[in-house]
Amino acid sequence: MQRVPILKLGDVLIVSIQIDLEDQSVLALQEDLADAVVQHGAKGVIIDITAVEIVDSFIGRMLATIASMCGMLDAQTVVVGMRPAVAITLVELGLSLGGVRTALNLEKGVALLDHIRSATP
Amino acid sequence: MSGEREVVIAGSADVVGVRQLVRSVAVEIGLSLVDQTKIVTAASELARNALVYGGGGDVRIEIVTNGPRRGLKLIFTDEGPGIPDIEQALTDGWTTGGGMGLGLGGSRRLVDEFDLVSEPGKGTTVTVTKWSR
Repeated sequence: MQRVPILKLGDVLIVSIQIDLEDQSVLALQEDLADAVVQHGAKGVIIDITAVEIVDSFIGRMLATIASMCGMLDAQTVVVGMRPAVAITLVELGLSLGGVRTALNLEKGVALLDHIRSATP
Repeated sequence: MSGEREVVIAGSADVVGVRQLVRSVAVEIGLSLVDQTKIVTAASELARNALVYGGGGDVRIEIVTNGPRRGLKLIFTDEGPGIPDIEQALTDGWTTGGGMGLGLGGSRRLVDEFDLVSEPGKGTTVTVTKWSR
């Protein structure tokens, strides 16, 4: 099983998924990320799925779980880089990822996190 | 790819393998990027179903033709407990496995043809086809 690396930049954690996600890797990422948020006192998490070719219901649920889990640990999550074909497929599949914030790319994701934090002192 | 291929689904690495193989065949028959993504996503759901609910199984991947159109046909088979109530299993949100209950109903929406045959105690076969436009 491959593990997805978690990078720290200031008080933001950046996860860029570059592998074809196996279910076990998905579950490991959830746990690793929860640990990392607490360990670093991170206030934001950015998950970059630019290289992810498909998001099925399992991976979609992982994104939603991570967002609510990090929320409970006082960190905001933004998913960035979703491919258009992935968005179309997710909606047809029936997953709208309602509770997950998204931005088009990493730069806009960082800006969104800054915006959220300046709005909630 | 000539003829058909069969892949065993016995572990979660095989689900990734099925996705990769279905993607390469979908590219080969000229499906659009969106259609490739849909059939690969459906294949991922159905392969996981065969693994989680059927205790493992296999998938046969075939290229089919209908006049000038080419299609990708996937036949997922498992010898698990089967599905007692197929209508219920196709309903969004209904699950016995702790998932989101979108696998079967969702995959049906992502493909052009969907057929599910299941007999309690004997197993389940799901056949899906996606046609090039």
